[in-house]
Amino acid sequence: MSQSNLILKAENLKQHYQVKQGLFKPDAVVKAVDGVSFTLEKGKTLAVVGESGCGKSTLGRMLTMIETPTEGRLACEGEDLLTLTKAAQQTLRQKIQIIFQNPYGSLNPRKKVGDILEEPLVINSPLNKAERKRKALAMMEKVGLKTEHYDRYPHMFSGGQRQRIAIARGLMLDPQVIVADEPVSALDVSVQAQVLNLMMDLQNEFGLSYVFISHDLSVVEHIADDVMVMYLGKVVEQGSAKQLFETPRHPYTQALLSSTPQLSPDKRRKRIKLEGELPSPLNPPSGCAFHGRCQYANERCKQETPVLRSEENGQLIACHGVEEGRIEALVAGAA
Amino acid sequence: MSLLKLENLSVSFGNFRAVDNISYQVDEGEVLGIVGESGSGKSVSSLSVMGLIDYPGKVSADKLSFDGQDLLSMPETQRRKLTGSEIAMIFQDPMTSLNPCFTVGYQIIEALKTHQGGSKKELRQRAIDLLTQVGIPAPETRLSAYPHQLSGGMSQRVMIAIAIACNPRLLIADEPTTALDVTIQAQIIDLLIDLQRTKKMGLVLITHDLALVAEVAQRVIVMYAGQIVESGPASEVFSQPKHPYTQALLASLPESAAGKSRLDALSGVVPGMYDRPQGCLLSPRCPYATEHCHNVAPENQGPIGRQVKCHTPLDEMGRPAA
Repeated sequence: MSQSNLILKAENLKQHYQVKQGLFKPDAVVKAVDGVSFTLEKGKTLAVVGESGCGKSTLGRMLTMIETPTEGRLACEGEDLLTLTKAAQQTLRQKIQIIFQNPYGSLNPRKKVGDILEEPLVINSPLNKAERKRKALAMMEKVGLKTEHYDRYPHMFSGGQRQRIAIARGLMLDPQVIVADEPVSALDVSVQAQVLNLMMDLQNEFGLSYVFISHDLSVVEHIADDVMVMYLGKVVEQGSAKQLFETPRHPYTQALLSSTPQLSPDKRRKRIKLEGELPSPLNPPSGCAFHGRCQYANERCKQETPVLRSEENGQLIACHGVEEGRIEALVAGAA
Repeated sequence: MSLLKLENLSVSFGNFRAVDNISYQVDEGEVLGIVGESGSGKSVSSLSVMGLIDYPGKVSADKLSFDGQDLLSMPETQRRKLTGSEIAMIFQDPMTSLNPCFTVGYQIIEALKTHQGGSKKELRQRAIDLLTQVGIPAPETRLSAYPHQLSGGMSQRVMIAIAIACNPRLLIADEPTTALDVTIQAQIIDLLIDLQRTKKMGLVLITHDLALVAEVAQRVIVMYAGQIVESGPASEVFSQPKHPYTQALLASLPESAAGKSRLDALSGVVPGMYDRPQGCLLSPRCPYATEHCHNVAPENQGPIGRQVKCHTPLDEMGRPAA
């Protein structure tokens, strides 16, 4: 891995929220994201996977600097984003843009498509009106919208087209990293495929890097180079997409994969039934956060919090069971 | 013996036909999957079975019968007795389909009281039994919980408890797991299938998740723009689709594109109210469409139980017949 290819580097990112519990009780702390580290190279896709409430969206908001992390370091092209001055932050911010999940909620219904696309340029570039329009029209063509859509309002579009508008808006400032927070989960299958194709085409054309936040493992398997599985604010398994889907090691990753329905019978994995639900982040379990739902849990898991350890093949896993060699990888087709 | 039988059911809102002449039947103890994208009429068709289509919606059918009784000609009061007890439904979003103002216990007991009656004590006991059946821990204390105190998965379990309260013979589940996480989805589907097997219910599972249907349903119906375009045994429909739309849907799943960089996306979107094409409704998006397809709407072809609505159904190799 050459240093110049590295575009985004996060070290031990944390986001803790104070929650008031009442007048006389002390504030509780919700550890929404608790120590996440990763590196992202140019032109690659990092997928963040997990159930709702695991902190994956909070992570996305920290990467785009919508929220400032409580702790940790975040560097874009070697420059530390968190210690910079306001002005320097603003220029760097242009390099990391976000696409939100619900295209019905993320576009201002009172603005025309043209205005939506040009707004980032008004704020961040010295371009004049005619230049802005030219740029917006060029971008619309790139994402598969027609020129006559320039003067229309968001309600006149279907979900897939709206997500195209949202993608175009994210690309207006020529960013290098796009944080896509569940970009296709509100869309139908056939439209989902169109939008995914578009995202991959744009990645090839502009050399974009994606942080792809999703709960849909089949989409992730298709689009991602590296995958990070999160559970209750912590990373439990991290590795290349190939490693993770072929030899999932952490019991939670195994359970996630086995509960994803598969079309072809020979790809189905043995169903691991997970009891219970994600514990409340207000009152997380002691030791390993997953021990209450894990079939392999023992006394050590209840007391000691596992840390991410590197396996021989570079896969990172936070599990006592894997470390002790009690848990085997789960292979597909064992159903 | 077929439990539910629909013949040429249509639902129209003004001039717009949301559901266009569909026919299918559900047998006792069978899981029927209905798949399609949003706007394909799968929810509206099931709402019409439940009698939940309000003005200005209009339901018409040659036949709509449950267990031999005609649902359309029977008096309103009698039909309302049937729905909720013999035919029950689970809706998509558990967070909004439970009443936030009443406790879980009240809402379960309400269904029991209307259809079966009994003393307060019996009803309460029965509600506790139901909550145990759907796998809710500490059911006695949960009875007095309000919906906002429950997670999504728990709310959906409560919805299921209400639906099975009167031992229905037919359960319609409209996207029961769409709002839930995968591990919770697996729990809820396992629960539904367990209940369906032990109670020998007919289960209609409406979803847009093709893989889910492939795993649990015996028969499957594919809907597109208000019409049934293909029907048949689940294994056959998914391994050898005869309709270009089914083929395209399957191809657009990331799962089918393993090793390829691009997904085979079907261009365009499901036609809405104002842009329904002439002829075959899929013709503007269909890769195999001919002049004939653009002008003339196809009829259903094939034997009962394995039908396809296409002029040129696909053969075993996935190519259109000449």
